[in-house]
This record gives sequence, structure tokens and C-alpha cells, in this order.
Amino acid sequence: MDDLLREFLTETNESLDTVDNQLVRFEQDPSDAKILDNIFRLVHTIKGTCGFLGLPRLEALAHAGETLMGKFRDGMPVTAGAVSLILSSIDRIKEILAGLEATETEPEGSDEDLIEKLHEMAEGGSHAEANSEHAPVPVVAAPAVQPAITAGTLIDQVLERPLRPGEVSLDDLERAFRETAIEVEPAPAARAATPAPEAAKKEAKPRKAAAADVGDVQEADKIANQSIRVNVDTLEHLMTMVSELVLTRNQLLEISRRNEDTEFKVPLQRLSNVTAELQEGVMKTRMQPIGNAWQKLPRIVRDLSGELGKQIELEMHGADTELDRQVLDLIKDPLTHMVRNSADHGLETPAERAASGKPEQGTIRLSAYHEGGHIIICIADNGRGLNTERIKAKALQNGLVSEAELEKMTEAQIHKFIFAPGFSTAATVTSVSGRGVGMDVVRTNIDQIGGTIDIKSVAGEGSSVTIKIPLTLAIVSALIVEAGGDRFAIPQLSVVELVRARANSEHRIERIKDTAVLRLRNKLLPLMHLKKLLKIDDGSSSDPENGFIVVTQVGSQTFGIVVDGVFHTEEIVVKPMSTKLRHIDMFSGNTILGDGAVIMIIDPNGFAKALGAAGSSAQGMADENAAAHANTGEQLTSLLVFRAGSSQPKAVPLGLVTRLEEIATDKIELSNGRYMVQYREQLMPLVQMNGVNVQTSGAQPILVFADDGRSMGLVVDEIIDIVEERLHIEVAGSSEGILGSAVIKGQATEVIDVGHFLPMAFADWFSRKEMRPSVSAQSVLLVDDSAFFRNMLAPVLKAAGYRVRVAPNAQEGLTALRSGQTFDVVLTDIEMPDMNGFEFAETIRADQHLSAMPIIALSSMVSPAAIERGRQAGFHDYVAKFDRPGLIAALKEQTAGETRRAA
Amino acid sequence: MTTKTDTIEGTVVEYVTAVIGGQLFGLPISRVQDVFMPERLTRVPLSSAEIAGVLNLRGRIVTVVDMRARLGLPKNDDGKPPMAVGVDLRGESYGLLIDQIGEVLRLPDDSREENPVNLDPRMAKLAGGVHRLDGQLMVVLDVDRVLEIVPTTLAA
Repeated sequence: MDDLLREFLTETNESLDTVDNQLVRFEQDPSDAKILDNIFRLVHTIKGTCGFLGLPRLEALAHAGETLMGKFRDGMPVTAGAVSLILSSIDRIKEILAGLEATETEPEGSDEDLIEKLHEMAEGGSHAEANSEHAPVPVVAAPAVQPAITAGTLIDQVLERPLRPGEVSLDDLERAFRETAIEVEPAPAARAATPAPEAAKKEAKPRKAAAADVGDVQEADKIANQSIRVNVDTLEHLMTMVSELVLTRNQLLEISRRNEDTEFKVPLQRLSNVTAELQEGVMKTRMQPIGNAWQKLPRIVRDLSGELGKQIELEMHGADTELDRQVLDLIKDPLTHMVRNSADHGLETPAERAASGKPEQGTIRLSAYHEGGHIIICIADNGRGLNTERIKAKALQNGLVSEAELEKMTEAQIHKFIFAPGFSTAATVTSVSGRGVGMDVVRTNIDQIGGTIDIKSVAGEGSSVTIKIPLTLAIVSALIVEAGGDRFAIPQLSVVELVRARANSEHRIERIKDTAVLRLRNKLLPLMHLKKLLKIDDGSSSDPENGFIVVTQVGSQTFGIVVDGVFHTEEIVVKPMSTKLRHIDMFSGNTILGDGAVIMIIDPNGFAKALGAAGSSAQGMADENAAAHANTGEQLTSLLVFRAGSSQPKAVPLGLVTRLEEIATDKIELSNGRYMVQYREQLMPLVQMNGVNVQTSGAQPILVFADDGRSMGLVVDEIIDIVEERLHIEVAGSSEGILGSAVIKGQATEVIDVGHFLPMAFADWFSRKEMRPSVSAQSVLLVDDSAFFRNMLAPVLKAAGYRVRVAPNAQEGLTALRSGQTFDVVLTDIEMPDMNGFEFAETIRADQHLSAMPIIALSSMVSPAAIERGRQAGFHDYVAKFDRPGLIAALKEQTAGETRRAA
Repeated sequence: MTTKTDTIEGTVVEYVTAVIGGQLFGLPISRVQDVFMPERLTRVPLSSAEIAGVLNLRGRIVTVVDMRARLGLPKNDDGKPPMAVGVDLRGESYGLLIDQIGEVLRLPDDSREENPVNLDPRMAKLAGGVHRLDGQLMVVLDVDRVLEIVPTTLAA
């Protein structure tokens, strides 16, 4: 193919994509002259180049489009009809270009139909508008139509020269074209010139705009001259070579590490740095913002909303997230497809939306971000969600599953069927989607790049598809560790710190039965042994108290991975795993190390999953994604199981426990009839549970509870285990200090009420701080800024038979209330930062959807004035923080009232 | 049958022969990329037992399949280092671990016989027929089916 033609094709295709987008934006904001100038310039360039290359068909079409846009520039109102017309002209231009690319000649055919319409629109702007089938969109208040000739020549002259300096022949051609156009135009222009009188006034404006153009164009020109087009293959090759160079460099470094002092050290260091920079540079050439793949979406969504009669808003977040070009290409189509799906199946018609109490305009949200060394792309809509019943029926019909199997499946599992080949539940096949070649193709594409795809959906609230693309094709920095005799790479991105644990040091691995934890800066960090997790424990005795701990963070979860040894960090070239191994979610890929060995790359996300502590409450609250709010379910609670006083195990939420200590009995002192121990340079009172005796020899295990600088130790007989369970207190406790009994690990366990023991150490424990409220009858929202009180009150409420959701501040409380989850009552603390309990209550009262919500204040400042203030703010009740019976009674009263109201 | 063995009558197919657990097998030469000594094999935790590991073969990462495990045969205990036959499937490289590599045989396709009905079911699944040679039988390995490894031992 002719070089000139090839360049023209690439350039034009790019310009057209931009035009598509800009037009949609222009339609929404027709007053933005800059956008219009951009569009005009692009179309104009196409036209000019076509003339030069001798492509009459394209040229005629581009010219007609340009004429119409020229009118817009002169102030003709922008209508949806006109924009649609220009968009369809652009589509036609694309068709012709496709033909041109295939055959190197313009395909046969006539565009008279479109040209005619374009002319009509340009000439009789206002008439055409009136006849247009499309509803007018917001329109600029600038109705003046100026004779086209003036504008045309004026803009043309100014634009042409700076744009393509030196191309005299093109310019001549252009002028010749203009002149012919004038012969055609005068008659219709006269016909259409209704508001012509204003033309003179308007004249000044386009002139100014044109002048601005010159600056813009020169700017653009400068940028254009600074970039060159490089064939992708060249870049690919470059990348491969750099990868090889990196590997070779690593090999050399490996050798130099073994030979302590060689004269190679210095040059090698230099080589290493240069390689690193080279690698970074080459990587950059391959990275493109994901926005490039989204470029076409606004246009598609616009067309769809017209076609389907829905109002759709497309939100795009994180468009500048950079992605390997190759990956980008592969996800382009799946993304388009999913957006179409959301528009067609997901979102309801305005009438349906209004009927279900949603705003008429539906939203599709695209977001992209980096997480744990992956790129996450999320496509969410606030539509009707997946129809589980229909998916079930279809799955049965397609023989994918038996009825019995379906029975056992969770909703989420059922939703996954939409990824099965040929699966479409759309009752009617529309031109948009529903042909059943959808989601399975999407999944295949994602699989190809070693990614995963997941769907979440809540009936009536919307659905979201999350695509996770691993770091294939990329070079990352990784920490090389050893476990069970094998080496593994952990991506540095997710490594927070390294801790060397030793017995008798500040950091030591503690063991609660089989669960290992690390005490790190006053927090208990869950630990996982790499070799146990990977089932490669060779049984070789690893010192249970020593080891290297890689503190890893994934999302909001932090945990420690215990490894046998840590080597060094190395730049690794991530290679996708074989399809036979991709199901192992502990690994994200593999790589070849400097010494030539293949090692597996650990996927911290897989580890986080294994840890199981999915979704702490704060995390759930922070997640704005509607679909993520789905599970009203109770959260898993980490519980510390211990024995004290009786043989029956007891448990306490681990979140409440600050530390676990073993104190030598000779350190325990008796003072004033109470046991005390010197702990961290303070006297810490020890509290015994009924029937627990302080041991007389050896070490005494205690649970330390600390809040606001005060600590108390609860004396127990033996610490048994840490478990993750849904805390479900089934039998309320009768004895002091016991909330009730729950089944934990299959055993009836008494859950202790920390609140009972705290005042035993310091009588004023509760009055120092506000308690948090936020419980609702059957379902309670508890808002308190103190994690300690949240953790303490939640079990109390659960014990009283309520479902509890907690929020650490009023803002998150509001988010929860507005997320669609229903609460029967809100319990809130009064003294909170940012928004206090009174303001929170007032906000709830002011919200029309929530105004009837019972709110109970929990406070230690119970004075008549405070109660009065609470009443004014809209609290239904006011309970003292330490008055648990009072709280339960108030809750009962409020929720009973609620039930009556509902009935 | 998806291998090239299934062609028009009268064609001659070349096989690379290999011994696994005392039995002679033949792999269609069109599917064999190379034969190599597996070195520095990295085991892959949590993978299916039939995956021996991964290794670096001239810059490519090769997934190595333990053919003895695949065929349900006991582990090799003669102490001799195994060999590997390199094959490709959909752009990915695999190495099939064998005990010993043999010569290349040219065999007419029409002398290939169906799997005997009483063939061990694990072997029958992977076999694409049998050739009778002088004094011994050669089982034709269907490479595609050999590589249909289902991740059975998923991390629970």
C-alpha cells in the first residue's frame, strides 16, 4: 500500500474516533466553542487530505459534514437530529475507509442520500430541527444563521496554512473546492436565511474564534512534530530484547554476588542502572491509558439511549490508569460488549425506573484502578440486576446443571452461568445484545490474558462486573523468598515491610493453638505459613518462634506471610502461567530468574482469599459500589477462644483484645485487695472471671484490653484458639459477664461481655467516653467512632437478637442508610468527630426516605438538657451508655413501634 | 482422533518412540518439537499430581507433565534421569516426561489397530490405537488427550 495512503488511513481513523467522542460531548454542551473547533478541524483535515489523495467520495461527504458544522460554529442551534446525522456521516466515512484499506480504492456507492440530508440540515437548520424525529437536546441560545459562504472562506483561509505548511497543492485544491461550493450554495442559503439579520452582529465572534484556532493549531502542530509513528512490531521486538537484557543482567548480578570483589562490580552496577532505565523507557512506550479503550463508549451509549429510549449516563473513573497496549487491545471489545449489556439488559426504561422509585436516568459506571499488582476494571450499573430465576431456567434448559444441583447453589454461583457459551437470557433478541454470544466471548478474551472476571448482582439495585487483569507481559520488582526448599517471588507492590521474628524479641510469633499471630506495634497480625498454605511442608523443623515475616497488604487487609528465608529483590519478567496451572489462585504467574530457574510468583490476592477475612465492616461501608452492598449478611468475626473458670470454652471478639500476654506469676502483686501487674511502666489491674484463680507459679495468661491509654488484664486459665466465625449468639446469658452462648467450631461457647469486666478495673471506664448507638429493631445500624465500643456493643445487640451493622462515623452511617439496605433502628453515639450524633439525627430526619427511622442516642452524658437537645434533634430515645438493660428495653420499644407502624 | 495419524489410507506416519514404565509408546513426529533432558525442574505447589513442574527451556517456560502419573504408573525408581519430549498446544509449551527415548519409526497408517478393549482405561484414554511391531506393541499417544489435564487436585 502507498505510504501516503496508509498514513492517511491511520491518521483518519484516529481522528474519527476523537470526533465521535467530541460530538457527543458537544451535544451535551453546545456552548463549548472549543470542542466544536476541534471537531471542525478534524473533519476539515480529512476533507483536505482526501482531495489531495484523490478520493472524491470521501471528500464530498466530509465536505457536506463540514458545511453543517460550519453552521454550528456560526451559531446554528445544535439538535440531536443534526448530531445524529453527522454521526451517521462519520459512520459512512468509516465504511468507506474500511473499503479503502481492503482494496486501496474507494468502494463503489453513492452518498447522495446523506449529503442531501446534510445540506438540508445546513441550509434549513431550524426547519429541519422542527421536523426532526429526535427530541431536541439542550440547545444553545444563539439562533443566528450566518451565510455559509462567509464563514467557509474565512475559516478556511486561516486554518489551512498553519495546519499543513508547505502543502500548496492541497491549499489550491481546497480553494478550488470552495469556489465550486459557492455556486451551489447561494440559492438554498437564501431560502433558509430566516434569522439572517443577526448575522452582522455575529460576525465578530467567528473571527475571534478563528484567531484562537491559529494558536491551537500551531500548538497541535508542534506536538505532532515531536512524535513519530512506530510500528508495533518494532516495539514488541524491542520489548522482548529488553526482557532478555534484564534476564542477562540478572544473571551477571547473580555471578557477581557469588564472587565478592571483582573488577566487574562497578561497570556491572552501571549496566544494571542503564538496563533499568532502558526497561522503564520501553515499558512506557507500551503503556496506554485505559481511556483509549473507552473512547468509543460515550458514542455507543448515546446511540443506545436513543435506540432503547432510556436515559443513560456514562460515568468513567480512572481513565488514566495505564495498561499494557497488548492487554488494552484485548479488553477493548469485552468492555464495549459489557457496556452494551448494561444499557440493554441492565438498565430499565425510565417508566420502570420511576415505578421502582429510582431516578429516571440510569447510570453505567466504568472504573479502573491498580490493586495488589493487578488492574481492576469494574463496569457497574444501577439497573435491575440479573434475573436469577431466568438464569436458572435457562441453565436447566441448556442442560448445564440439574435441578438438584441448582438447589444447592448460591445466587452468585447461579449468576456465573451467564459466562457459559451460548447463554443469553434476553427474552427478545435486540439489535443491541441478546444474541447469546456475549459474556462467554468476554470471558474467553479475559482468560486469554490470564485475567479473571466476576459478576455481582443484586435484584433491583444493579449489577457489577469486575475484571481483574494480572501483570502479564510486565516487568515487576519482586521479593524472592524461600519456603519448603523452593523459591517464590512476591510482588514488591504488596509488600509493606519485612519483620524478622525471634523468640524473646519485641516481635515474636505467638501461637494460639494452631493459629499464628504476630504482635506488631500493638496490633495482632494474622500469620500464614507459606509452606503450609502451598502444602509443601517438608516437615523439616522450622523454628516455630523464628522466621521471616513478609507483611503484605491487599486492599484493606494486612497479614503476614511466614517464609523460611528472604533472598533479595529482583526485577522479574512476569510470564503468564500455563492454562493447566491457572486455576491455582495462589500464583499470578511465573518467571525466569537470573540463574535460569523458573519460579512461581505469589498472588497476594489469593492469599488474602485464603485468609478468609473477607470484608471487614469498615471495608463494606467504604465500598460505594451498590452491588457490593448486597450482602446484608453478618460479617465474619475473629474470635479468641479461651478457657476460664469452667471447662466450657469462652470467647471474645479478637478485635477487642489489644494483646495477649503471659506474665510470670512472681510479677503479679496484690495491692489493696486487687491483683496488679506492672505492665509497660504502668500498673495494670487484673480482673478475674468467676472461678478463675491467679496461678501461683509459672506464667499466667491474660488478655489485655486497652482503650485510651488505660489497660486492664483479664485473667484466664488458657488461651485456646483464634477462629473466624459468624458470631451468632443463640442463648442469652444469665450469669454476670456472659452475653450468651454461641456455637463456635461446633462447640457451645460462652461469649463474654467485656463491658462487664471493664468497670471492675476502672469504675469510670464507660463514663469517660461516649458509647455508640445505632441499633435498629430487627436490623440495627450502630454508629460509633470508637472501635472498642463498636466491638463491644455489637455482641450485646446480637445477643439481644438484632442484626447489627456497624459504621465508624456518621458519614458512613448515612451511606449505609442510603445504600438500600433497610434498618429498623439507628443507634448512635453523640460525641463523634466531623458530624456528631445530634447532627447525624437531624440529617436523617431531613431525609425524606429516612425521616421515620427511629434513632436512639447512646451517651454517657445523660442530663435533662442533653436529653432535651436530643429530642430536638429527633432522637426517639436517649440511653446511657452503660445502661445495657435500658438500651435493650429502648430498642424493643422502638422496634415494636416500627412493627406496628409497618403493619 | 485429532492427530495427523488419522489421514488418508496408505499414508505413512512417523513416530518418535518412547518407553514409559516398560511400555513402548509412539508420538506422531509432527507434534514433537524437541527432545530434551529436563533440568532444574521447579515443582508447582497445589498443582495436579500429573504436573511434574515447570522449567526454563531456552527462555521459554515449559510445563512438564509426568507421563507415569498421567498413565497411572508407579514412580520411576531405576535412578536414571528421565527424558522429556517437547510438544506445543495452542501456543503453550509442554514437556512430557518419559523414561527413555527410542528411534523414529515410519509406520503405515492402515496397520494401526483400534485400542484393545481390555487396555487399562487410563492408558486407553490417552491412546489413539496400537501398532504391532516385531515382538512388541507400540501404543500411539494422542497428544491432545494427554494434555487434557483437568485440575483435579484443586487447592481445597
